[in-house]
Amino acid sequence: MDLPLHVLIISSLIKILFAVALLLIGVMAMILAERKVSGWIQDRHGPNRVGPWGLLQPLADGIKFLMKEDLIPTHVDRAIYVIAPAIILVPALVTCAVVPFGSSITIAGHEIPLQISDINIGILYILAITSLGVYGVVLGAWASNNKYSFLGGLRSTAQMISYELPLGLSIIGVLMLSGSLSLRQIAIQQGQGPQPWNWNIFIHFPAFLIFTTSAFAETNRLPFDLAEAEQELIGGYHTEYSSMKFAMYFMAEYMHMIVGSAVAVTLFLGGWHFFGLEKVGGPFWSGLISFGIFFLKTALFLFGFIWVRWTLPRFRYDQLMNLGWKLLLPVALTTIVVTATVWAFTQSTVLVGVLNVVAAFIVGGVLATALVMRREPEPVDDRGVLSFMEESSSYKEEKHGN
Amino acid sequence: MLIDYLPILLLLVFAVGFACINLALTHLIGPKNPTRSKLSVYESGVQPIGNTRQRFSIRFDLIAMLFIIFDIEVVFLYPWAIVFKKFTATSGSFILIEMLVFIGILFLGYLYAWKKGGLSWD
Repeated sequence: MDLPLHVLIISSLIKILFAVALLLIGVMAMILAERKVSGWIQDRHGPNRVGPWGLLQPLADGIKFLMKEDLIPTHVDRAIYVIAPAIILVPALVTCAVVPFGSSITIAGHEIPLQISDINIGILYILAITSLGVYGVVLGAWASNNKYSFLGGLRSTAQMISYELPLGLSIIGVLMLSGSLSLRQIAIQQGQGPQPWNWNIFIHFPAFLIFTTSAFAETNRLPFDLAEAEQELIGGYHTEYSSMKFAMYFMAEYMHMIVGSAVAVTLFLGGWHFFGLEKVGGPFWSGLISFGIFFLKTALFLFGFIWVRWTLPRFRYDQLMNLGWKLLLPVALTTIVVTATVWAFTQSTVLVGVLNVVAAFIVGGVLATALVMRREPEPVDDRGVLSFMEESSSYKEEKHGN
Repeated sequence: MLIDYLPILLLLVFAVGFACINLALTHLIGPKNPTRSKLSVYESGVQPIGNTRQRFSIRFDLIAMLFIIFDIEVVFLYPWAIVFKKFTATSGSFILIEMLVFIGILFLGYLYAWKKGGLSWD
């Protein structure tokens, strides 16, 4: 950063306002898009009453959330119950700080990068801050003092920490060949050389698949939405929440999705690069065009989120854990070893790309076969649980009325 | 270098403010008429049996412990990954062998956890 301090502060404030507004509008757009695309996929209309084509529906939802009764049930742990939605919303908002949403704009002789801050530990920052979101889930679930919330919170926590490992491992291959943790550097390197073959998706294709799968699990989206499986857990960890507090959980989830897609685009899909289109125009217009490219790529990725939701059924919990721990983790380790070995001996990204796919296919195929062919577990003997319930005093009281 | 974190601090202030304003607004604007059933535990209208604060499956604890162990190992891989390209250009494949040993040990631990049933959920 060689900008003067006042320019830095003013430009940062403008960028922060812009990014936060974009995130909030993005959340609204995603809620509408989710319902519209769901309608489209299921051959129905979706929301079409508020505003033309239902465009004002998210706004109406937001106002309604604000106007609803802010209920704090008597059985909750008040302080944590109130703070938990803030604990999940703040990290979701703050993660967007290091995502480069375009190249740079030159205004009044100052070259301003289109990124709130280009810190040199960008990816570590994202991993660290997104993991803080787990606290919002687990504290909210615990403070709600409701069995459904608690179970949902437990499931969601275990799921999020399990998939953080493949997520973290899948990025390492990218880091090895780019030699930087800065998201801007990684994006710039993908723009050098022939496009799109220099994009990381072609060099680290298995890693991209692992990253995407883990991102779905981290955001608790279908097919990994066991934490809020409506049929069994009512709403999951936010069962006891109402009004804006509920909406904050909702917003955080969508923000995680948007930021996750933006990170995936930056790491694997070439960031703001698109066949040289990002260099068209002067130092001002090229910045705007690069932002447009980045925006469209992220929007496409987000569409994938909705599409997958209506394509795949929900996992069972043991399948979820097996997928994370017994399939994605070893395959991610394999890609690291293969990338490192091939690069050390040949220094060829083409070979790295091809052999990564081959190795991941072999290891993944073997493991997946082993997991699928495994003998089905015996039916669970639940007599112990039943006798436990018989013995539990409250159950006895209910039953015998004494 | 440290100046790079100034915008993040600004964003953090902004985010905390946004969250607090949301909490305050919904508290102030929303109507207040709590009833007894509204304030009770929501279990789809069924009378709750027993307390929430009960034992839960030990599996969740086990997953958390395994996560900490493996996540620390992943964190150790990050600095290595950053210098990998530079080192292979200058000092050959020594850094590769180093990493293979490290991942080998990690993998042995992983196999042990798998063998002991630490990764299964049934």
